[in-house]
Amino acid sequence: MKLTGAEVMVQCLTEQGVDTVFGYPGGTILPFYDAMNNSSLRHILTVHEQGAAHAADGYARASGKVGVCIATSGPGATNLVTGLAAAFMDSIPVVAITGQVPTTMIGRDTFQEIDITGITMAITKHNFIVKDVTKLADTIRYAFRIAASGRSGPVLIDVPRDIQTSVVDFEPLAEFEKYSWAVGGEILSKIKTAVQAIQGAARPVIVVGGGAVAADAADEIRALAEKINAPVVSTLMGLGSFSGTHPLFLGLTGMHGCKVANQAVWEADVMIAVGSRFSDRLTGDRDKYVEDKTVIHIDIDPAEIDKNVAAHIGLTGDLKIIVDLLNGQLNDGQRSKWWMRIRECQQDEAVDGDEKQLSPSWVFSHIAEETFGKECIFVTDVGQHQMWAAQNLKIEKPRTWITSGGLGAMGFGLPAAMGAQFAKPDKRVIHFAGDGGFKMTGAELYTIAAHKLPVISVIINNHGLGMIRQLQHVFFDNNYTSCELPPNVDFTVFAAAFGVHAVAVNSAVEFVQAFKQALASNQPAVIVVNISREELVTPMAHPSGAINAFIDM
Amino acid sequence: MKHVLSILVHNQPGVLVRVAGMFSRRGFNIHSLAVGTTYDLESSRITVVVCGDDGILEQVIKQLEKLIEVVAIQILPSESAVRRGMAMIKVNAGGDKRGEVLKLADVFRASVVDVSEHTVTFEITGDEDKINAFADVLAPYKIMELVRTGLVGLARGDNTIHQYERRNFHEQIVL
Repeated sequence: MKLTGAEVMVQCLTEQGVDTVFGYPGGTILPFYDAMNNSSLRHILTVHEQGAAHAADGYARASGKVGVCIATSGPGATNLVTGLAAAFMDSIPVVAITGQVPTTMIGRDTFQEIDITGITMAITKHNFIVKDVTKLADTIRYAFRIAASGRSGPVLIDVPRDIQTSVVDFEPLAEFEKYSWAVGGEILSKIKTAVQAIQGAARPVIVVGGGAVAADAADEIRALAEKINAPVVSTLMGLGSFSGTHPLFLGLTGMHGCKVANQAVWEADVMIAVGSRFSDRLTGDRDKYVEDKTVIHIDIDPAEIDKNVAAHIGLTGDLKIIVDLLNGQLNDGQRSKWWMRIRECQQDEAVDGDEKQLSPSWVFSHIAEETFGKECIFVTDVGQHQMWAAQNLKIEKPRTWITSGGLGAMGFGLPAAMGAQFAKPDKRVIHFAGDGGFKMTGAELYTIAAHKLPVISVIINNHGLGMIRQLQHVFFDNNYTSCELPPNVDFTVFAAAFGVHAVAVNSAVEFVQAFKQALASNQPAVIVVNISREELVTPMAHPSGAINAFIDM
Repeated sequence: MKHVLSILVHNQPGVLVRVAGMFSRRGFNIHSLAVGTTYDLESSRITVVVCGDDGILEQVIKQLEKLIEVVAIQILPSESAVRRGMAMIKVNAGGDKRGEVLKLADVFRASVVDVSEHTVTFEITGDEDKINAFADVLAPYKIMELVRTGLVGLARGDNTIHQYERRNFHEQIVL
């Protein structure tokens, strides 16, 4: 079959099961747009290429499939960078396709020419520039395989314009090879050692990370926790891989983790880390973090073992299979003494009585209650609201919590929410942002409105950059700078400009009403929650200290 | 501590940048680097001398294994591998000094590759210490310039880098 390069690209995407792509056109990618127009691919035109990249990322996180974004050469490609970096840091499978100036023009500083493979080398799992049309199809297939397999991540394919217009013989892929991880000999003996360590543990703790979500290992982890009766704590990225309402779940751990979760990690004698890369925001002081405990580190990426934290037992491979193998050899345990100690810590922590005040933690607790049992996906931006959400929402299932963990990219939330809603039209996407982050990519409301996506945006508005203010409060002696913004943006008017229903609330009663209304309607909605600037994220462990050494604010 | 790593890579454009970029991005120190094609047109071989303790060496290898174009990695320890670099050293040695430097070159088995009225240029092959030692003895005669390649090396005996190819990380873990 003779096809143009652009048609080959369309064929290959279809072959991979892609139905939706996010993008923004431009000169060098136009042949592809031309071919795509006559295909079954649904193209979502975003406001900005960054939005397309975050949307593809959100789509991938919500669905587990590979997200696809498209941009033209030059500025289109550079605008993808933050989005690809966010996907890279959180190991999200995304394929980005960029146009490039014709091969004969490369290297001459041509109009809109940028060396995007050079730029994105450090923020993609791999990238390609296709200079031979006969290799185009296999490159795209390879790109999808790289993106989705092993430790997943973004892959960029740069396709010069003349490659898109050249004609080539195309052979459809007969069957898709599925690669699966096979249990090797060495791992079985290591699993035995791990089983012995867990069996002998008096105070075990399970730390779940983003890898647990990616590996679809929630059932196996629940079985493990219930079998050995161990408390489970979650990293920011791991939320949802263990039910937030399960009695064994202690909550978020890390710099802004719950006290009891951090204390349990601190006192544990055996730590089973499932799919966590021991980020600095999780561990604080890395040496203190693992002092006096046996660390069993299970991860798909061999390079993660001993990278940040030295593991006593490192199990590399598919988490789902490894945890299942562990479960098969472990005996049931009770550990009632350990649980008495944990319950004691929990009672110490239980305070908080500011009911019905419009405090951020109340807002998120209320949303947790209102959405309980409903099919919702929670998407956050970055900052204080992200932490309040992580602390107070009860995330029940994997892929229903979407947040920019590693990169911490403000502006991630709204486009990612949009991508998630496209991936899961039957679920309700609830997006949270601060006023700072919402200003960055809020224009994607245009796309949301254009497609009538029922995304609810809850803007936690403190007229400022709350996390910056908090850091200046704690570390810079209240010397506030560039964090308190003049309160002269009316986000309801902004939303109304896109035809999105919006309401601002100043009390708990108003919020209850507004949220109920938004949930009942099947339309996009914006709720602006005006809160005090003084609100802080507590607790807060010192970023370079022990995780149970909390800063007194 | 210095370690010599031999890396077999697919001969793709940009592969050197990818490998070198990984080192700089993760803060690993490269002492020297040598790249060249092999007799197989599809692959190139990169020899890197990297500084760091065993933990760093392990991380370097694991991070290299994650690069899609890396086929195999082999550590070349001094006791079980031959490791050589080459240097050219131009010294200011006209007149009566010339005889002295030629004698020194003889001791180090360095060969003369260029001679002019005031200068002699030597070529010397050997491990780092030998080259350093030769440069040291030439220093009093004023070294005008010195250029050296990175180390290259091969394991002794039957051991080859191809034995590592079967580890095939990409299919098992990366892919």
